[in-house]
Order: sequence, then structure tokens, then C-alpha cells
Amino acid sequence: MSQTRKKLLVDPLVDNNPIALQVLGICSALAVTSSLTVAFVMSLAVIAVTGFSSLFISMLRNHIPTSIRIIVQMTIIASLVIVVDQLLKAYAYEISKTLSVFVGLIITNCIVMGRAEAFAMQNKPIDSFVDGIGNGLGYGLLLMCVGVVRELFGAGSLFGIVILNPVGDGGWYVPNGLLLLPPSAFFIIGFLIWGLRVWKKSQVEEPEFKIQTVEDH
Amino acid sequence: MSSEERNNIFSKFKKLPIDSIPKTILVAITLCLFCSMIVSVAAVKLKSIQQANQLRDKQKNVLQVAGLYAEGINIEETFASFEPRIVDIESGLFTDKFNPKTFNDLKAASDPLLSVALTEDPASIGRRSNYVTIYLLKNNDGTIDKLILPIHGYGLWSTLYGFVALEEDTNEIFGLQFYKHAETPGLGAEVDNPKWKAQWKGKKLRDEYEKLMIQVAKTPGPSDYHIDAIAGATITSNGVNSLVRFWVGEAGFKKFLTNFKNGKT
Repeated sequence: MSQTRKKLLVDPLVDNNPIALQVLGICSALAVTSSLTVAFVMSLAVIAVTGFSSLFISMLRNHIPTSIRIIVQMTIIASLVIVVDQLLKAYAYEISKTLSVFVGLIITNCIVMGRAEAFAMQNKPIDSFVDGIGNGLGYGLLLMCVGVVRELFGAGSLFGIVILNPVGDGGWYVPNGLLLLPPSAFFIIGFLIWGLRVWKKSQVEEPEFKIQTVEDH
Repeated sequence: MSSEERNNIFSKFKKLPIDSIPKTILVAITLCLFCSMIVSVAAVKLKSIQQANQLRDKQKNVLQVAGLYAEGINIEETFASFEPRIVDIESGLFTDKFNPKTFNDLKAASDPLLSVALTEDPASIGRRSNYVTIYLLKNNDGTIDKLILPIHGYGLWSTLYGFVALEEDTNEIFGLQFYKHAETPGLGAEVDNPKWKAQWKGKKLRDEYEKLMIQVAKTPGPSDYHIDAIAGATITSNGVNSLVRFWVGEAGFKKFLTNFKNGKT
């Protein structure tokens, strides 16, 4: 793999994470991270959709009229999502039951659309594919981090395997119910973004304006 | 059309200026046709597997609620010991109008000919089907061991679909289980918690005066009829309470259960 492609694949993991730096795709990150299995399957679905939608859109990029370009992108993304949803229902029925509506909502995930519009419309198919997969992985990585915190402290288990025996089943751990509710993901993602920006100073954004004191004038 | 002509049309299409109206329309139509083809192929090809999954899931849940399920058993084979029958709710009798093997409960519930709109609707289901598939578990000697009744109703976010298993006296509960819902994981979804479900075993629906007593509540009640509500899931618990009481009550299976007990079905 050439250096550029490797960069395309690895960059979105930490340096240019779609959730942490670009702050895209937050809504689904709140909804599907209360259990790791679900978060994992959701990540796979998003990786597949971003990868292939970028590939197909890039292949067609010279023939997409600008006036209908968004709708063309949406059509491709939506078709892929439906196919993924059907596949899950056929081969991973139990998980598709818990994911329910959120697979369909990948269509509205800003990351997919964002990569199509910002990258695939200008770049070659293979590069776009790699970029899509990379961004899907970045999304998945963050989802898994949030999922670990939420499932471990909210339910005392990881991937459904009991780690901290909860009181409800006769153990000692009092699960933190808040972590199972969507708002907790906001806090966790917030802390993750904070941590990431402490570690990688370059991700800190310049303030858009500065409040000045009167004395300075 | 010769292949040369076809190539000609194709190259003409490619040469069209990208933002011209004909090209825009062409691209839109081609793309839509292509995408709809892919989507329909996926949907049609996978339909049989999906339906098999749904059926197996439902059968598995019937087995679970009857306490016959264990990891790794042959679901279809074990399920064969159940006899599906269709109950006419209005008359409270079995009916042979439909074939239980092909009868679709979900469809019947929205069919205006087969269902009634509810004026009093504690389970928030809108319409109640008049014909419902139930499952009879028989002993080896042919006597009835358990009755598995389908129930559904609204919780906090979703309609909960499940089964309640009754002993042959039609009053004692053997188990309760939901197979489809979208309640909050960790809170409302604790209706799936084996510990919570275990509470239902041995509870009774009615007291000796035929008064409907079963209740999911926070405050303790008579122990024969009381199920502890789930902590942190008041609305789901209330939903389960209403839907169970609705389905075993006057507007639900009451008539059938009475008939069944008296051997009149």
C-alpha cells in the first residue's frame, strides 16, 4: 500500500477522527453504544457503507450532474444501507433485532455523506474506498471506546460477559443506570475529545473570537 | 440495435455536457433503476431466510416461556410437541375457520374484518384481533399441560410482544416472556432479565372470587398476585401491568379461559 493510501486509512483513527475532531455522526454514537456487541455490528455496517458508497460515488463522479449530486449520493448510500439491513436480518437476526431502526439511520449519518461530498467527488475510486473504510474505522473505534465505558459501568459486562457482578444478580457492583441512557454518551464523547486534544495539541481549534477587556483599547 | 450503434449511444451519453438537462435526467433514471434493482434483488433473495429466522425466533420464545428451551436443542423438533389453535376471542371458543399453520396474527390485528377497534385501550394497541393463535402443550397421555397465550402492548418506547404460559387450571402462571420490544437497555429491557421473569412463576391471575388480581407494582401487594416493578423503568412496568391485565381480562382471553376450564371449548 502506498504511503498516501496508508495515511488515508490511518489518519481518521486518531489524527482526524470523524467523531472526535470533525464532530460528525454523534447521534448514532449516542444510540448504539449501550452494549458492545451492538456497537460492534453497527461499526461494521457503517464501515461497509462508507467504504462502498465512497467507491461507487467516486466511480461515477465525472457523470454526476452538480444540480442533483446530493440526491444521487443519497440514493447510492440509501441502497447500500438497505442491502446491509437485509443482510443483517438474514444472517444476524438477533443483533438486527436490537439494532432495529439504527441500521436504517446510517443513511442520515453525516460521516457517510461527508466523505462522499468532501472526498469521493474529487478523488479516484480506490483512494475513496480506502478513505471511506478509514473513516468508518475511526467512527467504529470511538464507538467501541464509548461502548466499553457504558457497558462495563452501566451493566457490569463486556460483550454480554459479566465482569463486574451487578447487585441485581446477587453480586456487589451497583450499576450506574445513567450510563445506559443516551445522554451519558455525550459526556463520554466530550471527555474523549478533551483527552484527545490534551494528547494531540494540534487538534485544539483556534478560538473564533476573543473577548477583549476595555483596558486593551 | 447493433453493438456499434449501442457504443455510439453510450459514447454520446458520455460526451453530453455534465450539467445539461438530458444528462441530468438520464443519470437520475439510470441510477434509480439500477439501485432499485439491487435493493429488490437483495430483499427478494433474502426473504426466505429472514422469514425462517422470524419463525424460529418465535418458536424459540414459545419454548422458552414453556420452560422447554435449552441451548443447542432442535427448536423445530421440540416445537412439534405444541399444538397451535386459533381462538375466537368474542365467543371464547376454538375456531377452525383458519389454518393455524398459515394464520398471520399480525395481519389479522390490522384487518378491519378480523379485528375490533378498542374504545377502552389500557394496553395502547388500538385494535385487537378477534382471532389469536395460542399454543397448547400436551402431556404424553394427551391431557393439556400448559397454555401459551400471545400478549402485546405498549411500554415506554415500543410495543412489547410476548407470551404468557398458564398451567392447565388457567389461573396459575408458569412464565412470561417478551420476544420483541425496544425498551431502554438496562432499564425497561430488564423485562428480559431471567431474575425478574422468574417472579411470574407460580403467581395467580385471579382470586377465588374470579377477581383479576395479578399486578405489576412498586408497592407490595398480596404475594400470590404481586410482581415487583422494575426499578428505574416505571413506564415499562406500568405497560406490562396493563397489557397482561388487558389480555387475560374481559376484553381479552377471559371468556376463553373460563370456557376452557369448564371443558366447553
